[in-house]
Amino acid sequence: MTDRKLRVSKIENGTVIDHITGGQALNVLAILGIDGTEGETVSVVMNVPSDQLGHKDIVKVEGRELSEEELDVLSLIAPAASINIVRDFDVVEKKHVNHPDRVVGVLQCPNHNCITTEDEPVESAFTVLDDGVRCEYCDTIIREDLPAHILAN
Amino acid sequence: MRQDHIISAKQLSRSDIEEVLDRAADIAADPGAFADRHDDALLGLLFFEPSTRTKMSFTAAMKRLGGEVVDMGTVESSSVKKGESLADTVRVVEGYADALVLRHPSEGSAKMASDYVDVPLINAGDGAGQHPTQTLLDLYTIRENAGFDDLKIGIMGDLKYGRTVHSLAHALTEFDARQHFVSPESLELPRSVRYDLHEAGADVREHTSLEPVLSELDVLYVTRIQAERFPDESEYREVAGEYQIDAGTLADAKDDLTVMHPLPRVDEIDHEIDATEHAKYFQQAHNGVPVRMAILDMVLEGER
Ligand SMILES: [Zn+2]
Repeated sequence: MTDRKLRVSKIENGTVIDHITGGQALNVLAILGIDGTEGETVSVVMNVPSDQLGHKDIVKVEGRELSEEELDVLSLIAPAASINIVRDFDVVEKKHVNHPDRVVGVLQCPNHNCITTEDEPVESAFTVLDDGVRCEYCDTIIREDLPAHILAN
Repeated sequence: MRQDHIISAKQLSRSDIEEVLDRAADIAADPGAFADRHDDALLGLLFFEPSTRTKMSFTAAMKRLGGEVVDMGTVESSSVKKGESLADTVRVVEGYADALVLRHPSEGSAKMASDYVDVPLINAGDGAGQHPTQTLLDLYTIRENAGFDDLKIGIMGDLKYGRTVHSLAHALTEFDARQHFVSPESLELPRSVRYDLHEAGADVREHTSLEPVLSELDVLYVTRIQAERFPDESEYREVAGEYQIDAGTLADAKDDLTVMHPLPRVDEIDHEIDATEHAKYFQQAHNGVPVRMAILDMVLEGER
């Protein structure tokens, strides 16, 4: 990302997520539970040419500083993502996503016979493997197409 | 062993397993010494799907320790039918008993339920998931007949859906065992189990026919291939027929081969094998009582 492009739609306060794997921006928003209904300004730029990734997406969320935990979940679908926390138009903090050990309440288990898909007081929980995630309740492994398993908010 | 709940065989280390098997052996050798051991204890039985045999085995085990059971009865007659959640049911019932046994059709149900109770909870089968007391009685039977040193075991039949198989295969990675898996391609091990075996560095081979490995085996563990796994009856008959054994099949086996089966069987082990020295499946079923006594003794002991 060049400075010129950043200036195009600078935000005053909030979070800029850059270097998202091309085409994953909407899934990033879904994982973060951002659907626009809270009234925050959300900008999405998709498939910008990138030296590093070929094509990348950028998401800017005005008025919200995303937590470390929220951002780590992004590593599942956007491992190269970089995060800028912006206050008063200045980047006050730069972060990279970490690979979390587990993700809770984010993904839906694809096994319809799993207790986490039933009407019980239990959140889905997945252990993160090198090449996928594994349900802590029924052991089902998801390797492909993680975004398809993001829980509807 | 300090285990509050018995949810999965995966939680058990080799020394945990050996502690249970040793205790079970002590009980089998002198059951009278354990007859009053828990005469003040109540075991709650929650069977959300019918499994008469497992329920009888737990009931017998508890009574032989001097204790009593309280039984939720069938789902049709309970408040579950009125839509009560499992989490609520176990929280109510834990007030009635010193330990709970849960059988439920959903995978992960026992793990979830255990988060809601303070009394020990024993998983007696969660859908296609875990059934740790079956695994422990299987291991007890293997140790009794073949031992774990340099064990060569064949596990044959429905390896995809058979939960006893998954649980046993995982537990055997704690021991010096070579595991041969024999199944039709459509019923081979699921990837979550392969993943675990691979991670554990297990010595595993897969085959579509028993013949090339039979002569090397100390134990042959046979499971049932169910008709509903196949699109039609004729395909089922053709495939399942290749994984049935009779006296002729075992002609090439070691004299001291131990044949096991979690029962009930249909026709995967011919009745002519019952009278041979190979047949250990009834002994295996009987071992459920001392092994479950050992498990109950250990979890109730921790409650004192
Ligand atoms: Zn699951």
